[in-house]
Formats: sequence, C-alpha cells, structure tokens
Amino acid sequence: MKILKEFGAFIKMAGGMFRKPENPKMYWKQFMLQCNDIGIGSLGIICIISVFIGAVSTLQTAYQLVSPIIPKTTIAQIVRDTVILEFAPTLSCIVLCGVVGSKIASELGNMRVSEQIDALEIMGINTKGYLVLPKILAGLVTIPLLIMLAMVLGIWGGRLAGTAAGIIDPSIFDTGLVMAFKAYNVYFALIKSFVFAFIITAVPAFYGYNVKGGALEIGHSSTRAVVVSCVLLLLADYILSALLL
Amino acid sequence: MIEIKNLKKSFDDKAVLKGVDVTFDDGKCNLIIGSSGSGKTVLMKCMVGLIKPTSGGVLYDGDDFVSMNDVEKKTIREKIGMLFQGGALFDSQTVEQNVMFPLDMFTNDKYAKKKNRVKQVLERVQLKEESYHKFPSEISGGMQKRVALARAIVLNPKYLFCDEPNSGLDPQTSLVIDKLIQEITQEYNITTIINTHDMNSVMEIGDHITYMHQGEKEWEGNNKEIILSENQKLNDFIFASEFLKDAKRMRTIQETGEIPKDMPAGVKDAIEEKLNVDLDGDGHIGSPGKNGPPSKE
Repeated sequence: MKILKEFGAFIKMAGGMFRKPENPKMYWKQFMLQCNDIGIGSLGIICIISVFIGAVSTLQTAYQLVSPIIPKTTIAQIVRDTVILEFAPTLSCIVLCGVVGSKIASELGNMRVSEQIDALEIMGINTKGYLVLPKILAGLVTIPLLIMLAMVLGIWGGRLAGTAAGIIDPSIFDTGLVMAFKAYNVYFALIKSFVFAFIITAVPAFYGYNVKGGALEIGHSSTRAVVVSCVLLLLADYILSALLL
Repeated sequence: MIEIKNLKKSFDDKAVLKGVDVTFDDGKCNLIIGSSGSGKTVLMKCMVGLIKPTSGGVLYDGDDFVSMNDVEKKTIREKIGMLFQGGALFDSQTVEQNVMFPLDMFTNDKYAKKKNRVKQVLERVQLKEESYHKFPSEISGGMQKRVALARAIVLNPKYLFCDEPNSGLDPQTSLVIDKLIQEITQEYNITTIINTHDMNSVMEIGDHITYMHQGEKEWEGNNKEIILSENQKLNDFIFASEFLKDAKRMRTIQETGEIPKDMPAGVKDAIEEKLNVDLDGDGHIGSPGKNGPPSKE
C-alpha cells in the first residue's frame, strides 16, 4: 500500500514538473549547474572505479582460463563484453546511486526542512520544475557520457593490468578487442544508462523533495533514496537484460 | 488589505483553525500572537498558499486567493514577500546573490540595474558592504534575518509576511528588526502580517493585534489596548512576560498609589526610582543606601 502511495506521489510530482518556466534563462543556468555537479562532480570516482574494475576483470579472467587450447585473445573479449554490458553501466551506476543520489536527496531535503523550497513557492516559482527537473535532465545527459567513459577506461585498465602482470601482450589484447565485436552491446549499455540515469536522479529527488521533519529525517530520506534507487536499478537491469538481450 | 473569511483547516480529524475572521489593513503592522499550537503558523501558511484551507476565504484586495487557479495565484504571489523564521536563505548563494534571485527570476533588467537595486535594499536593512559576498553560514542570525528581509522587499511587495522574525535573536537585534519592519511597512504602505510571541514586538510595533487561542480568534486590538484587556486567556498569555507584568503593576501603582504585596523587592525599588517616590514608606527611594535620598527621620 505504501509503495502504491509513494508511486502515486511520484507521478504527481513528475506531472508538476512540466509547466512553463518563469524565466527559461534561470532554468538553463540551473540545468548547467546540475550538469557540472553530477557530471564533473562524479568524474573522479568513475575514472578510478572503471580502471580498477577493468584491471581486476583481466586478472580474474586470466586466472580462470587456464586451458592451453583457449587463445589469449579470449581474455580481451571477455573483459570487453563484461565491461561494456555490465560493469561499466551497472556497477558505475550503483556507485553513482550513492554519490549523486545521496547528494540530491540531502540537498533537496535540507532545502525543504530549512523552508528554502517554501520561500521559492511563495515567490511564485514552480519548485518541481526549477529544482527537480534540471537534476533529472542533467542526469540523463551526463550519466550516459560517464558510462561511455567508464567503458573506455575499464577496457584500458584491463589492458594495462594484463600487460603489467605479464598475462597478455598488448597487441594480443588489442586483437582480442576487435574480435566478434557487437555494436549492439554498446547500444544496449547506453539504453541501460539512460534508464539508470533516470532512477539515480528521480528517486532521490522524490525522497528529498518530500522530506518532513528535521535533520534526522534528511538522513533517513537520503538512506532510503539510495537503497530504493539501488534496488530499482538492479531490477531494471534484470528486466532490460531479459527484454533486450 | 487582506481579509480572512471563516477560515477553517483540519489535519485528519484535528481542527487547527476553527473559522477565523480577521482583516489586515494596509500600512499597518498586523501581529498574530498566541502560544505554540494556537494555529497562527497554519493561518499564515493558509494565507500565502503553502497549505490549502479546508474551507473559507483569503481575500487579497477583494480577490479570493483560495479559489484562484495556479496562474491567478502566481500574480498574487508576485506581490508577496515573506520573511521566514529561519531566514530560508539559499545556502549555496552569497548574500548579494540571495537578494538578487527574485530580480533574476522575475525581471529582465540589466545586471548593473539589479546590482544597484540589491545595494539599495541591503543598505535599507543596514547591512554593510563587506558582508555582500559572504555566504549565509558566514554571517550572524540577525544579519541573516536582515538579508531575508531585503530579499522579501526587493521586488517591492504589496504584502509582507513575517514568521517569527525575532526567534533566536537577542533583544537588541530583535528591536532593530522590529523597527525595520515597521519603517518598511509605513514607507511602502504595505500590508504586513507578523507571526510572533515576542511581547516586546507586540508592545513596540503592534498596530493591530490578533490573539489566537486553540484555532480561534480570541481577541483583537492594538498595543495600547492589549495591556488593559479583561480577556482572561489573553491576560494569561501576555502576563507570562515579566516585562508586561511589571508594566501593569507600574500602571496600577500610578493609578492607585499602592504597591502590590507580591511585588519582588528589586522590582519595587526600580519602580520607586523610576517614579522618584517612596511608595512603600520605608524612608528610601529605591533600595536603602543606594540612590534614594535620606529619610526625613
């Protein structure tokens, strides 16, 4: 029952976002600020985790492929496909749920509790449109870009680790990378990243925007936002994989 | 002018406002007073549209705000300025940016013109230029209230709402904020409505006072009438303040020449010194051996 109630409230909030902006320039400014916060703000962590995920993938794949009849290029193929299909979009987005989601929920929650949202409402500003919509749009623009970067860095990290550990020669790795490559995998990863971007931004925005109470409730809503968006993200991952692969 | 007509608001089954009728005039400081839980904040939130009332009307110069659609409400809201209890300043913006925000959003003025207007209102609330580029967290509570007041008046509102403007402030700063609100109200001839339980404010700027008790309007008057009111609930509320209790005692002493028996010695001596008369017949004005002249014995 509570889930239905929350879903109804979410739809209501989403419906309220699409009204004529009071001043499009200010909305654009807000959108660019959010692009900077979500995109540039998460760049560091995405770079670090992507490189390490790729590196670990190479090492673990090589550890398991011990048969002499399996060519070394297979390592590169496996690393490429797991990074593109799963690690770059899903793992990066789970990290972004924590980084971006908690920031959005606590920022909006703090604005709600300290009456900043009320102040904007009284000025006659559509707060859902001004505060929530730019965050979702900025997520939809920047998160897929971050995922693409994560794919590239993940594969590069795998190549680097394979070379450094003496497991696979860089030229063999490069050969493996282009073998049996399916462009559809990249499209699939991008579709996932758009869906995940919406979940990462919209769910925490909903919980933050509707905080009631004080500082304690901001913490609760932030935690709940991260947990719910992580679960929804994994659920969406499964559904999209079942439908599109 | 704002008229409240039979305004009711219930949360679930609990009636918080039970049919309030009150009129707030232009150019006056209209105070809503009452103890915590009396419904004054809900009344104010209903007036500005943050809470939808269960029934009744809020008329801004004759137009019912409650029954308006969103577009019509927007035109009224553009005429409203509000000073929140905690200031409600945007944390991520400097003092100057906070005050400029309504101008950025609702005007197409050039930056220089907006900057000039911001400077004008910040000077009006007596804020020094050195604090213009500070963030809200870097300035004091009193300064935050002044910035919030500047932001509320930057678009020349017709109606100014202040929710507990003195909460968390020392008496001296409270007085400064009260005076500022009063001056701005008279200067721009705006309808100002202030939610407060600060009796200093009531006595200082209360042109029109509405006393709320358990969701109903219990008493209405001004700061001259309030101290002489016979309303028991109002008296219980206002004479919880020692300052007003002593003011009433002073008036009793001046009128009857008798000192109430329960008056503390320190207060009695202070009143003797103020009136320059030996009221208790102990041969001293004020405390013995202090300022008072020697007895005639």
